[in-house]
Amino acid sequence: MAKKYKAIAKGIRAKLIKMHAASGASHIASSLSVTDILVALYFNILKLSPGRPKDKNRDRLILSKGHAASALFACLAARGFFPQEILEEYCADAGRLPGHASINCVPGLEVSTGSLGHGLSIGVGMALAAKYDKSKYRVFVVLSDGECQEGTIWEAAMFSGHHKLDNLIAIIDYNKMQALGKSKEILDLEPFAQKWRSFGWAVKETDGHNIEGIIRVLKKSPFAKNKPSLLICHTIKGKGVSFMENKLLWHYKSPDRKQMQSALGEIGCL
Amino acid sequence: MRSAFINTLTRMAKRNPDIFLLTGDLGYSVIEGFQKEFRERFFNAGVAEANMAGIAAGLALSGKTVFMYSIVPFVTMRCFEQVRNDICIQNLKVRIIGAGGGLCYGSAGPTHHSIEDISIMRSLPNMTVICPGDPLEAELAVRRSENYPGPLYIRLGKSKEPAVHSCIQGFKIGKGILVRKGRDIAIIATGNMLHTALQVSGGLCRKGISASLISMHTVKPIDKEIIRSVALKAKAIFTIEEHSIIGGLGSAVSEVLAEANRKVYFRRIGLPDAYPKDIGSQEYLRSRLGLSVNDIEKRILEAYRKRIKR
Repeated sequence: MAKKYKAIAKGIRAKLIKMHAASGASHIASSLSVTDILVALYFNILKLSPGRPKDKNRDRLILSKGHAASALFACLAARGFFPQEILEEYCADAGRLPGHASINCVPGLEVSTGSLGHGLSIGVGMALAAKYDKSKYRVFVVLSDGECQEGTIWEAAMFSGHHKLDNLIAIIDYNKMQALGKSKEILDLEPFAQKWRSFGWAVKETDGHNIEGIIRVLKKSPFAKNKPSLLICHTIKGKGVSFMENKLLWHYKSPDRKQMQSALGEIGCL
Repeated sequence: MRSAFINTLTRMAKRNPDIFLLTGDLGYSVIEGFQKEFRERFFNAGVAEANMAGIAAGLALSGKTVFMYSIVPFVTMRCFEQVRNDICIQNLKVRIIGAGGGLCYGSAGPTHHSIEDISIMRSLPNMTVICPGDPLEAELAVRRSENYPGPLYIRLGKSKEPAVHSCIQGFKIGKGILVRKGRDIAIIATGNMLHTALQVSGGLCRKGISASLISMHTVKPIDKEIIRSVALKAKAIFTIEEHSIIGGLGSAVSEVLAEANRKVYFRRIGLPDAYPKDIGSQEYLRSRLGLSVNDIEKRILEAYRKRIKR
């Protein structure tokens, strides 16, 4: 199984490199950072069916870090929600896939995001609706670390803790970098896990690039009875392409032809 | 108007199990009944309006019709980006209920006034903007909102607003109401200035000026037809609103007039482009800012005698 997930992630990373090279769009490093988390979710954890993207009982996923939309698109395509060719329309004139996640732009895409700090509140609303409707579906929200500097994240964290939303699972792509540098230097998030615990969440941490490991932890969600769950995934921004890893430049830059070839070579997809 | 809102909503919620009410910790002596009767569908989000707006979007994405209540500035401006991104871009059935439109919270000061909200909400694509003019209009707006698509902003007054209508035939969102028909001028009023406008038109009548009065409860989409069919037949048109003269009803009507290819005397009556410096009740502030019945009547009379009659 580990091999299968790795192969899927590898395929998605190759797509991402090509999508960003073709479109010249920013945020490839953010997408590479969250790829393994999304593979764990879409290829194991989430209960959904690509043939029935609006199924009432499907698990919901909100990519609150909407700038990593390319990873979500590539993942949805790999999971069979829509044909792979559509990925060529990413950030292209008259294309279907914008730079940030946009509701219903393709089947399987649940919520528009792009401005940071919005997704968790929307997830709270969905989790409340599930409880009211006595539905079993769960709501997953994937956050960036930088967006946890937004006040709304903590408003939503306080609300979900208070209302014991154990059908809400947040996952943080904790790559420790943000738009202008290291989070530690810009606005430190630590003690991160402790902050969430004090807001009433059950928190676990894991390696955000070990897909099997992520699956193992998420299988145990909710992590505690009557509490929302948070999984902090320690990740590397630009993961998989050595010259992009932990380099701020790749928050903005897209690979040129030569860089694309060398990146594809590195991940073994030339 | 707040009681008209909550009584109507409570009746609707009895029939419709998908109606939810959220508040940002406001509505003392207003929301308690609903809260008691529909515990599972009422949430006090606490003093956190941005999160409340996001929650409203999440509920609406799950098939709910969500009413989100607070005082105007907090439920429109504090959470503006959530209203824009989460509610309007995704075109969701969220009803933003703003209490205390205009200068209702007079002595509370400018943080609690709402003089820019119509303008701000009107600029949002997909958003419908309704300013009921009396309790009956508030009731009907809330009732009609149940099956109306997309997001809505309903700008309420506070309490004990006088009734203007005894009944309304065929109330429709986006359709102005001809309250009285006149020969000389047309007054178009919205929201909590409707009753004042009625008094003004009565006063003008006694002085020999026959005024039509239109209640333009829906500022967006604006009823172009009633402007063309009633107002443009008059010798002059005046808009009245308890809102900045920038971007509200006056602006919406002037946009229609400017493209109507007909020259007509037109003046916007509203609040100046300034935060009120005076302290006092709504009535006092209106008198200081030119929105009392006498001020408005005088302004229209002067204009009529000097510029229009001849």
